[in-house]
Amino acid sequence: MTLTSDNKQTNIENSITATIDGIQVQVPKGTLIIRAAERMGTFVPRFCDHPALAPVAACRMCLVEIEGMPKPQPSCAIALTEGMNVKTQMTSTVAQEAQAGVMEFLLINHPLDCPVCDKGGECPLQNQAMTAGRAESRFDIEKRTFPKPIELSTEILLDRERCVECARCTRFSEEIAGDPFIELLERGAKQQVGIATDEPFNSYFSGNTVQICPVGALTSSSYRFRSRPFDLVSVPTTCEHCASGCSLRTDYRRETVMRRLAWEDPAVNEDWNCDKGRFAFAYLKENRLTQPKVRTKNGNQVDALWPDAIDFAVKGLLQAKGKVGVLLGGRLTMEDAYAYSKFARLALATNDIDFRNRVNSEEEQDFLGSVVAGSGGSVTYADLEKAQNVVLVNFEPEEESPIIFLRLRKAAQKGNLKVTAIAPYLTRSLEKINAEVVATKPGDEAKVLRGLKIAQESIILVGERAAATPGTLSAVIEIAEKTNSKLSWIPRRAGERGAVEIGALPNLLPGGRPVTEVSARNDVGAIWGVNGSEIPNKPGRNHSEIIHAALNGEIKALVIAGLDVMDAPDPQALGQAINAVDFVITLGIQENSLTRYANVSLPVAPVTEKSGTFINWEGRPRPFGRAITSTNALTDARVLAMMAESLGLDFGLQTIEELRQELSSFGSWNGKKLDKPSVASGGAANVSVGSAILSTWNLLLDDGALQKGEEHLAGTQRPVIAHLSEKTAAENNLVTGDKVTISNSRGSIIIKLEIIEMVNDVVWIPSNNHDSKVKSKLGAKEGDVVTIHKGSF
Amino acid sequence: MALTPVLTAHWDDPNSFEITSYKKHGGYVALKNSLKMTPDEVIGIVKDSGLRGRGGAGFPTGMKWSFVPQNDGKAHYLVVNADESEPGACKDIPLMLANPHALVEGIAIGSYAIRANHAFIYIRGEVPHAIRRVMNAVEQAYADGFLGKNIQGSGFNLDVVVHAGAGAYICGEETALLDSLEGRRGQPRLKPPFPAVAGLYASPTVVNNAETLASVPSIILNGADWFKSMGTEKSPGFKLFAVSGHVKRPGIYEAALGTPMSELLDYAGGMRKGSKLKFWIPGGSSVPMLTPEHIDIPMSYEDLSAAGTMLGTGTPMMFDHTTSVVKAVTRWLEFYKHESCGKCTPCREGTYWITGVLEKFEHGKGKEEELTIINDVCGQIAGRSFCALGDAAATPFPGAMKYFADEFLQATKTSADASFPPSATTIFEKAGV
Amino acid sequence: MSIKTITEEDIKTLETLAAKYPVRRSALLPMLHYVQSIQGMVSPAGIQVCARVLDLTPAEVAAVATFYTMFKRFPMGKHHIGVCTNTLCALLGGDELWKQLTNILGIGHDETTADGLFTLERIECQAACTVAPVVTVNWEFMDSMNPKAVRELIEKLKMGAPVQSTRGVQITSIADSGKVFAGINDGKYAESPLADDSMLAGLRVAKERKMSAPTGKGTK
Repeated sequence: MTLTSDNKQTNIENSITATIDGIQVQVPKGTLIIRAAERMGTFVPRFCDHPALAPVAACRMCLVEIEGMPKPQPSCAIALTEGMNVKTQMTSTVAQEAQAGVMEFLLINHPLDCPVCDKGGECPLQNQAMTAGRAESRFDIEKRTFPKPIELSTEILLDRERCVECARCTRFSEEIAGDPFIELLERGAKQQVGIATDEPFNSYFSGNTVQICPVGALTSSSYRFRSRPFDLVSVPTTCEHCASGCSLRTDYRRETVMRRLAWEDPAVNEDWNCDKGRFAFAYLKENRLTQPKVRTKNGNQVDALWPDAIDFAVKGLLQAKGKVGVLLGGRLTMEDAYAYSKFARLALATNDIDFRNRVNSEEEQDFLGSVVAGSGGSVTYADLEKAQNVVLVNFEPEEESPIIFLRLRKAAQKGNLKVTAIAPYLTRSLEKINAEVVATKPGDEAKVLRGLKIAQESIILVGERAAATPGTLSAVIEIAEKTNSKLSWIPRRAGERGAVEIGALPNLLPGGRPVTEVSARNDVGAIWGVNGSEIPNKPGRNHSEIIHAALNGEIKALVIAGLDVMDAPDPQALGQAINAVDFVITLGIQENSLTRYANVSLPVAPVTEKSGTFINWEGRPRPFGRAITSTNALTDARVLAMMAESLGLDFGLQTIEELRQELSSFGSWNGKKLDKPSVASGGAANVSVGSAILSTWNLLLDDGALQKGEEHLAGTQRPVIAHLSEKTAAENNLVTGDKVTISNSRGSIIIKLEIIEMVNDVVWIPSNNHDSKVKSKLGAKEGDVVTIHKGSF
Repeated sequence: MALTPVLTAHWDDPNSFEITSYKKHGGYVALKNSLKMTPDEVIGIVKDSGLRGRGGAGFPTGMKWSFVPQNDGKAHYLVVNADESEPGACKDIPLMLANPHALVEGIAIGSYAIRANHAFIYIRGEVPHAIRRVMNAVEQAYADGFLGKNIQGSGFNLDVVVHAGAGAYICGEETALLDSLEGRRGQPRLKPPFPAVAGLYASPTVVNNAETLASVPSIILNGADWFKSMGTEKSPGFKLFAVSGHVKRPGIYEAALGTPMSELLDYAGGMRKGSKLKFWIPGGSSVPMLTPEHIDIPMSYEDLSAAGTMLGTGTPMMFDHTTSVVKAVTRWLEFYKHESCGKCTPCREGTYWITGVLEKFEHGKGKEEELTIINDVCGQIAGRSFCALGDAAATPFPGAMKYFADEFLQATKTSADASFPPSATTIFEKAGV
Repeated sequence: MSIKTITEEDIKTLETLAAKYPVRRSALLPMLHYVQSIQGMVSPAGIQVCARVLDLTPAEVAAVATFYTMFKRFPMGKHHIGVCTNTLCALLGGDELWKQLTNILGIGHDETTADGLFTLERIECQAACTVAPVVTVNWEFMDSMNPKAVRELIEKLKMGAPVQSTRGVQITSIADSGKVFAGINDGKYAESPLADDSMLAGLRVAKERKMSAPTGKGTK
């Protein structure tokens, strides 16, 4: 029997032959006994063992007999060696008795509260007690008890009496997340997991500890006492938050999502996910739109039947014919985004479509069209793990794509990865991946990149914030080519890469085809059943240009879908544009100020109620099926198809199958791509005392729309603090702890200051937490000049 | 056999702990001699002497030193285990009080042998008097050029740091000690890697007991044969025996290994007046107890092992007929429960369980069938725990049951204090306030 | 009881301790001893300070601080009184002395007298079995104790009269002992009495009976 991890032929030189329970096995050198046994179908019971964590052999549950060794040995910590003869509980009474003994010990102080414990029904301790435990306890003295439960954070609760001290949670936090905020405290029988006074377990990955806890000791505030595992239906899904592309398991009961877990996917998220992906799904129930609404002549919005609403919408579009813009968010599935792309070109005859409801530029459009769209997977997670040099530009992995962070940390822990970050300061997150920071002012990225000695064949990861500073993306391309490095663009939202791929941009058709290329239009036209010449051939307006055109009357109607006004680069301008046009159609899942304003508000299905695909940052399709089927919510594509039909078009795309088939018919584009951008960098702004260059990014946990309704999660947000260098602070008479006012002509933000080691003349604040709302309060972006003052005005 | 004062030879000097006194009696000559040899020659002498570890396990010291990889370009470390905390063990602390320079010289020689330029003396925290004396000895040794840069012109550098623990018996376990010395919880490490390969700061490290290292200078000075002329073939040399309990003159008796217990007891003046030996423990609470019938047993590694016990720390505790075995065993288990580090299940939960049941027996409330349970539980701890602390915790009860099962049966009805009035067991004339 | 704050000067001392080791974290135990000597306990503030100096999380420091028995999470009195009640000391009189001390002081294990003078603790084996039963004051040993000696000890400490430890220095306070544990040499090494009867027991018998180790080539 040959056992390998990847089903490939074992390399004989690197393999060993041994015997487990009388069966000869051949495994790669270094394979732990417990894994080898597992692969031949024998489950050795275990608690502390976890394949992603270093072995500790603490729980002693996995003891087996090894020929020649006087005592039973922990199979989780000993690698099989040539000729070793191992007997597990299947064939050895020594192993069996040792395991039974440990099980008895684990149960003496364990409460008999399985009927009320969240883990009941899916509990390794419960399960293993059924096989290795005694029917009745011999323990006749007082059990160890603790007051219950301890709040490790607002999100994670600990019932200490249930804990078996396996230390999976503390080891995860230290080894994997790099957040040793929980630790084993006390000693001996009093040993317990805990936090330091006044420092809660606010790790972005804390929820994983609940999932790997082999007992019911760790629970989440959001799921505790909510349901029983056997009442839940589990379906595999893909996380809709960031572009990491985690596989998730969504557990629902009676059409309500009760919880989400990481679904093991070795190529992507391995065993983990972040707390946003795990806990931020309450929005699914918040202010859900279930009924189309139309605005009547007297100005009131009223419920409408679908056919009437579609009619009404189509009439509005016809009235504005040729003057309709399509503004999308970055969270649409690839299929839905594709439907918008097709709808804009066929039904609205326009290229005025943009999914970038965030900082964006023409340079970025060209970058996406020339480097990203249709490039497939230029960099993968596996590449990151193997990489020797990774350069981060305008990208803060833990905040903006946390699974990339975990993979970089894994590589950094192994010691062969060097990370260089072009950033204003060394964040704690960057420290955890042993990154070296080249302290850079926003605006100076291009200059710094060009001056930096970057190793050949590095990997360059550039974040979406690079669009804020002219010239950065151009420089990134130039440097990547010069150093023969792989380049990957990391958007922040799950739908952005897919939207690029299907051409939800003013200059791109699906598959990276430039709208300006005849053969590209012909290709697309053939699939759409129209003549290529019917597809508009001039690059359309981008997000800012659409807004501008709406304000000056060149655009009369807007189709707005899947976006939050507060996410817009300038929410105020977007609001004015909406005000200025004659007709607004919105497609969304929640009722909000935007939908209440619309002439037609059409409800669409959230991710749980539809099938779809997100393309993650790697370019890897992450398809998912419909989890909840009974709500009859329609996808965006289905709604667009209805409108198109009503306009008399043969639009297709009625079903997901049809959509996917049509998408698959595009094939790759071998024609001319967009020209790579070559924009000169203006460099960082000059500032004098009283002002500073703004640096800002979104923290993973912030006040984003999809995190609404989950207060427990919100409680683990990072503190809202502004950062300045010592020199800049001193020049402005500021000290740590001061309140600092950051303002511009639009408004001001007042938050607490902490002086850190960072580049001079720059003030950093989080983009969207509590009082620090850069877009809505300042309408500013990275690189803009703001004024700074001590205290409030 | 006879008493063989070597380490204790000058403890009656008024300033035995000062470098002047130490040097007057030939101190630091062994270091000078060692520095003229190659490190391997030094290891060779220690190997030839047959010196075995005095901390309890009895591992051959020279062999341990030779395990350290050479010319590996890594920093090497010598760590002194002076975390003397085993119940009954009380020989390293007096040694450090009265003769700290023997230890410091032993450290310098040992470090030279294993190519270490940094040594740490990990002393249990609760002994400020010993910490002061060792800190002072280290300072004096620096001042006299026996530590520091270019020692005695040899080109050999050595820095020594005196480090206090903070109250955790488990730190006597060498890997737990290393974690503690690295500023962590003193929980034992998974082996391999062994300290000789990856010890302190993941570098090659030797951990030696204080008495072991203090014995080295005399070996270098007088030769392996001299050392072997004392003791037995398998247990060569001299040893500090600390005899305690109901004896007339409890104290430190330095004698050749293999000296019969009866002889040591005689040096200690025999049992106290009017008392009879009931049971004794040769080397700390972690080794099985013996009875008067074993009193002639030679105190060597091999003879005690043959008798089903161990030399351990070589610090016999002698208990007389007034002693309640049930109480003694219960107290030891309370100790192991208190000191279990908590890392592994059998030791953490097992000590909790046994102690709880034994406390019932101490109060005359045990049930007969619970004796079987305790025995089973001991069996479930022994050999299945992470480190030797679990094995140690599983030792006192089965050992006591072997000889005193009746007393445990009696404890299902009568409390320990009723069967054995404490006032008779205490050593002061009149109990009470 | 008011707790002293940790000053900038103290932080400098902590830095010195950290600098003694090839890897700074090794200084954590000495640092905790030091902050305890300042505050009479390891307080959350003390944990924070140590964490900051060593670039650890407070949880990492708390994990260590709570593992070791000598670190207290409650404010200790001026004097820490320990009574060994491990088997040998307990049987030889430690249990008796423990009862006596709880009566005299009116407090139990890990408790502090209302006047802030004494904290009492049942302690484990102190490696002083040859001088059992042992009582410690600020971890300085009072060997071979008996009820009368204990009564006198407490009276003297209450009056502030000089008390000489049988193995250590003249009693001052637990704070002073803490500095020694932190590795700060107070230079009092010679204040301890010379070797006592128990330490000299073997040597005396050897001299009486004219016993000695064999003469070696290097014997002086």
